Amino acid sequence: MMLRYALRRIAGVVPTLFIIITLSFFVIRIAPGGPFDEEQALPPEIRANLEAAYGLDRPLIEQYGRYLAGLVRGDFGPSFKFKDFSVTELIAQGLPVSLMLGLSAVLLALLIGIPLGTLAALRQNSPTDYGIMSVAVLGIALPGFVTGPLFALIFGLHLRWFPVAGYEDGNLRFLVLPVITLALPVIAYIARLTRGSLLEVLRMHFVRTARAKGLPERQVILRHALRPALLPVVSYLGPATAFVITGSLVVETVFGLPGSGRYLVQGAINRDYTLVMGMIVVYGSLTLTLNLIADLLYGWLDPRVRYD
Amino acid sequence: MTEAAPAARGFWADAWRRLRRNKAAMVAATLILLITLLAFIGPSLSPHAFDAIDWDHMAVPPGAPNDHWLGTDRLGRDLYVRTLAGVQISLQIGLLATLVSLFIGVLWGATAGYLGGRIDNLMMRVVDILYSLPYIFIVIILSTLFERGNIYVLFLAIGAVGWLTMARIVRGQTLSIKRKEFIEAALASGVGTPGILLRHIVPNVVGPVIIYATLTIPQMILFESFLSFLGLGVQEPQASLGSLINEGAQEMESAVWMLLVPAGFLVTLLMCFNFLGDGLRDALDPRDR
Repeated sequence: MMLRYALRRIAGVVPTLFIIITLSFFVIRIAPGGPFDEEQALPPEIRANLEAAYGLDRPLIEQYGRYLAGLVRGDFGPSFKFKDFSVTELIAQGLPVSLMLGLSAVLLALLIGIPLGTLAALRQNSPTDYGIMSVAVLGIALPGFVTGPLFALIFGLHLRWFPVAGYEDGNLRFLVLPVITLALPVIAYIARLTRGSLLEVLRMHFVRTARAKGLPERQVILRHALRPALLPVVSYLGPATAFVITGSLVVETVFGLPGSGRYLVQGAINRDYTLVMGMIVVYGSLTLTLNLIADLLYGWLDPRVRYD
Repeated sequence: MTEAAPAARGFWADAWRRLRRNKAAMVAATLILLITLLAFIGPSLSPHAFDAIDWDHMAVPPGAPNDHWLGTDRLGRDLYVRTLAGVQISLQIGLLATLVSLFIGVLWGATAGYLGGRIDNLMMRVVDILYSLPYIFIVIILSTLFERGNIYVLFLAIGAVGWLTMARIVRGQTLSIKRKEFIEAALASGVGTPGILLRHIVPNVVGPVIIYATLTIPQMILFESFLSFLGLGVQEPQASLGSLINEGAQEMESAVWMLLVPAGFLVTLLMCFNFLGDGLRDALDPRDR
């Protein structure tokens, strides 16, 4: 049953991705302006030659067909602005940094958020609880482009604990502040979710039973209460990855990291069609896949979920 | 609505009483009002224009003996006036985009929920697909569609994709009320589908819609700042909180007030709208405490 559900969900990703690709392809092409709009207008002949070289003079539907054919072969086409680079090369360069950043942020958020939320729930309505929850409100409300520069200011410029910006391969110190900036709202959200659902679970009968049969409180929490209480956190992991991907655009800009997020922004500013498309395909499939994994994980953890 | 029963009035009066008792929400509402007034009246109190360059006072900190109350930026432009101009843009855009998403989301959700069946399936499938893509992608694709600088058109468009959650909420509410007797009564007295949707369903989902709309405004403000921070939104010499924060972040080593002033306003606004939204939720939906 589970397997069939999993297969159906996996099969559902492909048409969704196809619709996303098709829609974004045509929307981007309808946009006024193009990659060859420079401050100084190009002579019409040169412009025509350039457009012919990139196949932009063909009918839109033919360009679309070619793009899809390229995609199947893993070829995202050439970048219009970063001459001599293919979009595939650009993304392959930046993606490892972005993935490392995002993954570390989600892991950190789980490692800190769940214990904080548990602590707040166990000490409900104590100063500890209020303290943690106030910080969580702040963490959710503050955007990364405010906290990022502030962290750089405090921990980079004044305390000199970590570098303010930049990146060196293999030197993790450069990733500390970006990862914390990216993880902060996720930590806050996970802490809130964990607290809320643990409070609910603790009121349930099976917890009372576990206590009644004389289990130490530690075991009641860790073995019985926490597992069902973490289900909402698991289903939040899908949106969380989308959030982290979005946040990495800002964090990479603030801290000058050579990730792939900045290509989406630069591509949009420069009307670099293929670069924007490439980013949408890669990040879109990434989000869809991670959402899928989170959903399947949820079904695996919660025996009450039925597949129809 | 003249035919509203006393019980309905009682509900709103109750909600208002609950909201007034919520100190955080009331403080937040007052602050929002004050900041709005300041944003629209404040700039005319200063002798400076938002894009005027003061060659004698470049990058001066706040509190220096001159008439730049919150200091100036690298180009000698008055930070007090620029920040308030940014707040103006943020508030207008937050409201505009929220209204658009409200309009589409309520109609879409109510229609899908009321009609049900295949149409409901199709309409919610569209929502699912748009949902599966990080919102910011749609926004960035859209930002390529418009001339940069025409931020109002951009936000009309962002509101036009920001209705997804609203549609889901309204659909759920509609599903739960469409089997009620008063709908049956309306059907029996010959009211058509559009009439039932607009006169009977939509007024009955107002509560959750207000709550969610209050929480949408800060999201939209955040999006505008986010885009302007990345250089995709408001363009020079126009100022937005996001673009000011970006400039400030680049100058923070020597001129930290250029970061702190716009960031302070943005954070205050966001917190206030969130507290107000939470307060409204507690006031309008007492079950969910």
